Amino acid sequence: MEKNQTQLPITIIRPKKTFSLNDFREIWNYRELLYFFTWRDLKVRYKQTFIGAAWAILQPFITMVVFTVFFGKLAQMPSDGVPYPIFVYVGLLFWQFFSSALSETSNTLIANQSIITKVYFPRLILPLSAVLTKFVDFLIASFILIGLMFYYGYTPHLLGFLLIPILLIITFMASVGSGLCLASINVKYRDVRYALPFFIQILLFITPVIYPASIAGKYSWVLALNPMTGVIQSARATLLGTTPINCLLLFISFLVCLDILSIGIFYFKKVERYFADIL
Amino acid sequence: MKPIIQVKNVGKKYDIKHYQGKYVALRDVIMTILQSPFKFMYKKAKVITGRETKEEFWALKDISFDVMAGEVIGIIGRNGAGKSTLLKILTGITPPSSGEIRMYGHVASLLEVGTGFHPELTGRENMFLNGAILGMKKKDISEKFDQIVEFAGIEKFIDTPVKYYSSGMYVRLAFSVAAHMEPDILLVDEVLAVGDAEFQKKCLGKMEEVTRKQGRTILFVSHNMAAIQSLCKKCILLERGEIKLIGDTATVVNQYLDSGTSGGTETVWKEGERPGNDVTKLISVRLCDRKGKLLPYAYSNQEIGVEIVYEVLQNGYSPLPNIHLFTNKGEHTFISHSDFTDDLDRIGRHKMTAWIPGNLLNNSTYIIEVVLSTMIPLQIHVDIRDAIIFQVLEDIESSKKNDFNQRIPGIIRPRLEWTVE
Repeated sequence: MEKNQTQLPITIIRPKKTFSLNDFREIWNYRELLYFFTWRDLKVRYKQTFIGAAWAILQPFITMVVFTVFFGKLAQMPSDGVPYPIFVYVGLLFWQFFSSALSETSNTLIANQSIITKVYFPRLILPLSAVLTKFVDFLIASFILIGLMFYYGYTPHLLGFLLIPILLIITFMASVGSGLCLASINVKYRDVRYALPFFIQILLFITPVIYPASIAGKYSWVLALNPMTGVIQSARATLLGTTPINCLLLFISFLVCLDILSIGIFYFKKVERYFADIL
Repeated sequence: MKPIIQVKNVGKKYDIKHYQGKYVALRDVIMTILQSPFKFMYKKAKVITGRETKEEFWALKDISFDVMAGEVIGIIGRNGAGKSTLLKILTGITPPSSGEIRMYGHVASLLEVGTGFHPELTGRENMFLNGAILGMKKKDISEKFDQIVEFAGIEKFIDTPVKYYSSGMYVRLAFSVAAHMEPDILLVDEVLAVGDAEFQKKCLGKMEEVTRKQGRTILFVSHNMAAIQSLCKKCILLERGEIKLIGDTATVVNQYLDSGTSGGTETVWKEGERPGNDVTKLISVRLCDRKGKLLPYAYSNQEIGVEIVYEVLQNGYSPLPNIHLFTNKGEHTFISHSDFTDDLDRIGRHKMTAWIPGNLLNNSTYIIEVVLSTMIPLQIHVDIRDAIIFQVLEDIESSKKNDFNQRIPGIIRPRLEWTVE
């Protein structure tokens, strides 16, 4: 019982300033909570939906079939010389990871407000766990891609396997970065979330998911400003060999996403201090 | 020995808008900017240059105190005194605007039992989730698993989703997880006010055991004077964001219950500060008996008068007071308004008293909201949320009969007529 006070951990609470490296150490200390939040979200989702985990497979699969019928067959959309189903599926896989992570992150603070106002933990844990949940969906949905690659007889470049993690990191940065901004805005302005699904839908059309970037001709550089363009183009290049890998494009995407992520974290930390007051 | 908690000059400032819990719609902000862009910029510029300050409000001012290891300290005060804000700052949920706090050891907080419980998950799954949210390690929860389940007494239902639990089972499981945390410092907010009497007794017992045997430091915020008196040796009385008194529990609790004009059972507004508009203004609200004597608190068998003094400032209106009674947990217990219609529309002061019969309220803390409104036109002129707050104590006669020495649950406790055939 008589612990020596000098051995006890000390908590100091002061008016909050901007963030420091300590914040990242704190997140590491709370990694178990990160795991539990992710686990909760997965568990609850698969318990609630009747077909459970199959949902993570069915959703992208059905989208792929619908897109193939309407865009591939009826609209005769070009697909850089590879069969349309596998072309669109690679795009969809990364797109859905990005868009679902984005919408989930931006809602996560509101969805967990009863916890935020009652217990302290590093708030960044919530958006991080939202992305991790979506990453699990991504992994499950990847099995269909493997199946499609067998079916159509594609073998990825060996380089491809090295590149995929980089593509995932870029997607992660893009979704977390913009998700953090939106999450913070969402707390203050509650009407933003109603506009978000619309906003994401528009984004889908300015990202080369259902069409190849080459379709834009001399204006394709406009698409390059969208970081997901680089990711999806490169994924197709490595997995399907549609085009040579454009390292410059990828590098630009990386830099853009790094900026988005920094702005996101900075803004989030800036407004974090009053989350509990206004939620 | 150094204190285990040191609180130095802590203050908390709120933006009035935030404090009222209103949120802003981006749509409205954009519309304001579009409709009158210059006015908006002018206002912004004024705020930035400091010529116009934002509307601010200090919920806590200059709070300083020390707590020694093993002490159990109660924090009391009426609604809005800053108790919850103080606790939220200590737990780190919201940062202070000034000052500094140092705490030695593992800190755990219990502002609500069952934080993060998810109805779809089973009891077992929620135990781990809730434990993690409260800052327990997975390893510790696994080790204490059997103890927690046994304390809650829900062995049979541990693998049932909690949405099928009765509210009693839910609370027992939630409290049981919390009771098995082993922090050096525990911050507790009113969580004992839940569950059935027997379980409450068990929880109080557990808390006492925790403090006596293991020398844990506890800060305990509550409206429940009985719980405060049985658990805490020392108390802090907060009033309007400041520390009014620190001392041994009996002294502080008496001061709190007796504090007539300084909050509690009488509120008087000075000329110029009276709430209202150009039709009517509220002057004072107080609790009194039939002789007109101020009641600092009431016994459960006693008749309670709520005396409202207000003034009418314009002809043609007859504003009438009505009272809303709430429990300290915010349950709306009843509304009462008078049936007078005539003769009250003349300009000047009016005094009306509403009589709450004896043997109706339970021994608990109640809050009275006072509203002044007119029927024609239908309009609310004054609406004071926490006009007065008062404690109803067990009357001596019935406390002799009630030998289990626990509060009887329920929002009210009317004495009913029973017949036998």
